[in-house]
Amino acid sequence: MNPILEAFTMVATTEVAIAVLASAVYGMVIGALPGLTATMATALLVPITFYLSPIAAVATIITSSAMAIFSGDIPGCLMRIPGTPASAAYTDEAYAMTRKGEAELALGTSLWFSAVGGIVGTVALMIMAPALAEMALSFSTFEYFWLSLLGLMCATLVARSSPIKAIAAALLGLLVACVGIENPGGVPRFTFGSTDLLGGIEALPALVGVFAVSEIMRALVSPLPPRIPDRKLGSILRGQWGLTRRFQKQMWRGNVIGVLIGALPGAGADIAAWVAYATSKRFSKEPEKFGTGHPEGLVESGAANNSALAGGWVPALLFGIPGDTITAIAIGVLYMKGLNPGPTLFTEKASSMYALYIIFILANVLMIPLGIIMIRLSRHVLKAPRAVAMPLILLLCAVGAFAIGNNPFAIVLVAVFGVIGYMMERNGYPVAALVLGIVMGTMVEQNLVSSLIKSDGEILPFFERPISSGLAALTISALMWPVAVWVIRRLRHAEPAR
Amino acid sequence: MNTFTRRGALGVAAVVGLARPALAQPRYPARPVQVIVPWGAGGGTDATARIVATLLEREMGQPFNVVNRTGGSGVVGHSAIAQAAPDGYTIGMITVEICMMHWQGLTELKRTSYTPLALMNEDPPGVQVNASSPYRDIKALADAIKASRPGQFKASGTGQGGIWHLALAGWLVAMGLRADHVRWVPSNGAAPAMQDLAAGGVDLVTCSVPEARAIIDAGRARSLAIMAPQRNPQFASVPTLNETLGINYSVGAWRGMAAPLNLPAPIAQQLTAAMQKVWNSQEFKDFMNARGFGMVWGDAEGLAKHMEQTDTTLGTAMRDAGLVRG
Repeated sequence: MNPILEAFTMVATTEVAIAVLASAVYGMVIGALPGLTATMATALLVPITFYLSPIAAVATIITSSAMAIFSGDIPGCLMRIPGTPASAAYTDEAYAMTRKGEAELALGTSLWFSAVGGIVGTVALMIMAPALAEMALSFSTFEYFWLSLLGLMCATLVARSSPIKAIAAALLGLLVACVGIENPGGVPRFTFGSTDLLGGIEALPALVGVFAVSEIMRALVSPLPPRIPDRKLGSILRGQWGLTRRFQKQMWRGNVIGVLIGALPGAGADIAAWVAYATSKRFSKEPEKFGTGHPEGLVESGAANNSALAGGWVPALLFGIPGDTITAIAIGVLYMKGLNPGPTLFTEKASSMYALYIIFILANVLMIPLGIIMIRLSRHVLKAPRAVAMPLILLLCAVGAFAIGNNPFAIVLVAVFGVIGYMMERNGYPVAALVLGIVMGTMVEQNLVSSLIKSDGEILPFFERPISSGLAALTISALMWPVAVWVIRRLRHAEPAR
Repeated sequence: MNTFTRRGALGVAAVVGLARPALAQPRYPARPVQVIVPWGAGGGTDATARIVATLLEREMGQPFNVVNRTGGSGVVGHSAIAQAAPDGYTIGMITVEICMMHWQGLTELKRTSYTPLALMNEDPPGVQVNASSPYRDIKALADAIKASRPGQFKASGTGQGGIWHLALAGWLVAMGLRADHVRWVPSNGAAPAMQDLAAGGVDLVTCSVPEARAIIDAGRARSLAIMAPQRNPQFASVPTLNETLGINYSVGAWRGMAAPLNLPAPIAQQLTAAMQKVWNSQEFKDFMNARGFGMVWGDAEGLAKHMEQTDTTLGTAMRDAGLVRG
């Protein structure tokens, strides 16, 4: 039988249909709860996949993670509390749109471009998997070092505050990333003899703390904001086609960034969203509008994080190397179900591969109606009295943090970072830059030290490999650009004063 | 009315009196059992613990709930198992790290902090090289390493002081070299190390063969030998160190079931017996073979002996590699 036809018959079973639908709803809910991530949604599915057929098992992972990455945007947009780390990059932007009374446009943008990103990512997976995997495999620690440094530099771009404060916040993030034994030297740092600090401070409790808890603290001390006019949300998808045409370039760029970063092992949807948002702002014709409720960055990074999800499957399927934390779990399931990753998967098990592609597309199409329902339901959150909503959110934050490792210490971390986030915001330091510092710090250090060990302490090899030298040039020019601009501006300003 | 109450009270007393011996020695397990896993959901240890828990549940008729207690590089979960009440309602999956962490001065916990129940699995490390590497077999590689200047060869596989780092160090010492003759490039696990090997970043990777399997299947890397007493039936073409180099050195990452210290012997025996049935079941075999995980069995005594042996081997390797603190 034709493998494509066979694939359709594999997908068109009651079991797969139920699995897709149930995991879609499950992913939507998990993603929308602050502190519960797409990775956790996937991990909790593993025991269930024991009882499912291979295609249904993988379908639950594909569907639930796609839904969770989208629905993480919902609390971010409505309450400035990102549901998953992948939404953190543009939470402020989406929330600013809600405050302007454009909640439906912001959520619609997230939904529409998430679905588009997911589908473009799938198409890229279908037609370019071998080429993308080849690229991913040519990345050594030298390339990763430059890439992660570039990611870290996004800190100054995503923030609306002064670059100095953004850098200070990112440096604080780097300091936090130093804690623990998970460093190249394998030496405990800043643990003060505490077992809990030995494993380091993960980005997730910090993220929940600085965004969600600090928001709750602000609500405690600030008078009730002028109520967002209570009205039914307008059409969610209206205006999306206009945005698609207006920001077509941004959308494609976001998709490409997402697929490329997703395909790189170790870098996933969250980093893709940061880089896409920063790129969008950097090349925008109206960068001053960013952060004030401007959909441009939302288009690009919303597309990027969902296309990264599909990109993450490229090295996972071809080489069994996880593209992100979600596929790291998925690989285990693939082995268990006899779908061993490797090039043979594409030849001997072609029909299964096509079946997976169909499910990817299916999940992203299903995202639109389910997403609309989810958005309509969550609208009521805005109507809820603040005195009721805030304690509930705080409870959710604590539960989410605890659920990461069933470790009560994570709740303490969330509280501490809530206070830190509150103090930072009050003084104009961007919390997003702090989170970025924590996320990228480990990567920068790990790759720098590994590379130096390999090169026996020589600096030259950082520039010798072709991709590495390209990334180095990009990083250094990005670093020098603001300095050059500053010098020129300084000279111009200095003249009239004389 | 009065008599009725008195009779009622007597009746209650009689029931309580009858129930007392039953309460003192209820049938174990009378309620759900918690299975603590010190590592994150989705990893190999988690998957193994979950299949064991599922099968134990069928064997013993009570739910066995897996709880991932992560943090502190495994220390948090391992202490949670050791510090639980020894009543049989909290057990856990302990891993090879319990024989390493105390040498580094990271924790007071060691193998003697537990009631061992059963050894479920062990994965020996393989020696992997890039597919285009000039070393066709382990002998060629070993000779090249011996002829190289210290630090010329670079190897990876896990973090500094991790199990695969110690595997390399032990192997080098067994060949009469210094433990750091091949420089260790710390990585964030086996998968990134294998990717770096494929990208040409390091010369060799020591990690378990299942972890390297996909890259090997993709034709990007080759496995030259495994550090185990016997070949792995899943990868029968890969020879052991002993048959190629005559070095009888073996070490591996194992996973075992354990309970807090002083678990009553009858409960321990009951659990070990159930785990043996689980280990022998077709479902467990199918699962382990599908993942490529090594099937090694040991009862309570077997696990205790295995831990003692690992503890000595790794302690020596860590001292040689300069990783012992305190």
